[in-house]
Amino acid sequence: MRNPLQDYVLALADDALIAAQRMGEWIARAPQIEEDVALGNIGLDLLGQARSLLTYAGTLADPVRTEDDLAYWRDEREFRNVHLVERSWASAFGEHDFAVAMARLLVLSTYQHELYGALLASTDETVAAVAAKAVKEVAYHHEHAALWVVRLGDGTPVSHERMQAALGSEWRHVDELFDGSYVDAALLADRVAVDPATLRPAFDRRAGEVLAQATLTVPDVRPAVGGGRRGVHTEQMGYLLAEMQHLTRSHPGATW
Amino acid sequence: MDGNGRVSGQNATVGRHMDGNGRAGEQSLWDVAAAVPDPEVPVLTIEDLGVLRSVEEPDGPGGRVVVTITPTYSGCPAMDTIRDDLLTAFAAVGRTDVDVVLTLSPAWTTDWMSEAGKAKLLDYGIAPPGARGPVALTLSLRCPQCGSPDTRELSRFGSTACKSLWVCNACREPFDHFKAI
Repeated sequence: MRNPLQDYVLALADDALIAAQRMGEWIARAPQIEEDVALGNIGLDLLGQARSLLTYAGTLADPVRTEDDLAYWRDEREFRNVHLVERSWASAFGEHDFAVAMARLLVLSTYQHELYGALLASTDETVAAVAAKAVKEVAYHHEHAALWVVRLGDGTPVSHERMQAALGSEWRHVDELFDGSYVDAALLADRVAVDPATLRPAFDRRAGEVLAQATLTVPDVRPAVGGGRRGVHTEQMGYLLAEMQHLTRSHPGATW
Repeated sequence: MDGNGRVSGQNATVGRHMDGNGRAGEQSLWDVAAAVPDPEVPVLTIEDLGVLRSVEEPDGPGGRVVVTITPTYSGCPAMDTIRDDLLTAFAAVGRTDVDVVLTLSPAWTTDWMSEAGKAKLLDYGIAPPGARGPVALTLSLRCPQCGSPDTRELSRFGSTACKSLWVCNACREPFDHFKAI
């Protein structure tokens, strides 16, 4: 028997968890050491949000599950994150394309800032509490991404080209963030959850402002086929989970 | 909550403890918890930070102790260490039935950091957080080493989730700044 509230909380939690896992890949790979630190910190903020949400989702399960149970012992089809956050950082320019990182962070943080801002008014106490902390943190994430997108977009011809290309590939995954079909109607009626479609105009405006300042254009691309909210993921998700989960699964019950 | 963000429970519960020579003394349970230092910046206690929210004995005096703490940033890794340190601190005064509870609400803010805490931060070499306002301003910070206001931000993210990295143009020393949130 599916629990709609648990499903909703897991969707938010998994976006943060998988984004945090990917963000960790930038440590020791960023263009400069301050950026290693910045992306590491951003990943840590996201992980913290994931931990709070996973812990809460676990209490809604029967029997109760811990945050670790949910992070390490669910299989791919049970994860409810969007495709945006599970994708690798690779592009035609290399395995870890910094422009992709900033384009993705701009999309994610702008979306999350609107989402958590709206969830401040959630009638669910825990969701509202997580949102109250997260909204302040993702505001810093958005600022960080915006600074880089502007610097790279309004930079050299090379940086401009690469930044525009990165936006093009990330923008295919924007629509999935704002598809509210996964949110249970009762949760919306009770004002526990937010229909992400209502956040799209603000997202377009804020992201558009950053891109305009960066002399970049909002990509006009065909949206990718999504499915993440239903547990249908891309090939890259399997590799990500293998890396994230193998240690725990190799030594079940182990503790530090 | 008063202007310093201190909450209930700090005066109410008083416990007796035995020191190493078997002599009994009086020390409030709040004081035991409040003395736990921040693992990252040990000149600050969790009371200075506003991380410690309450210490209560819900089953009556001498019974189970429930300590409530709140994280600064969502992912703050110091919370696990603080929890362990609290359990150790209470065990040292003979209280082993202790639950450490994490609360997310109300959301922690740098406004809860005591003035004493801010002074200790500055002394330690970290620029303390300023007041939060409706408009995000990049105000000039004074260098904790030489006091010059001629400083600039190197990175919005520093050595921990709560800090940003600055450098002083006058004395050239880098320093951390505790971000207002």
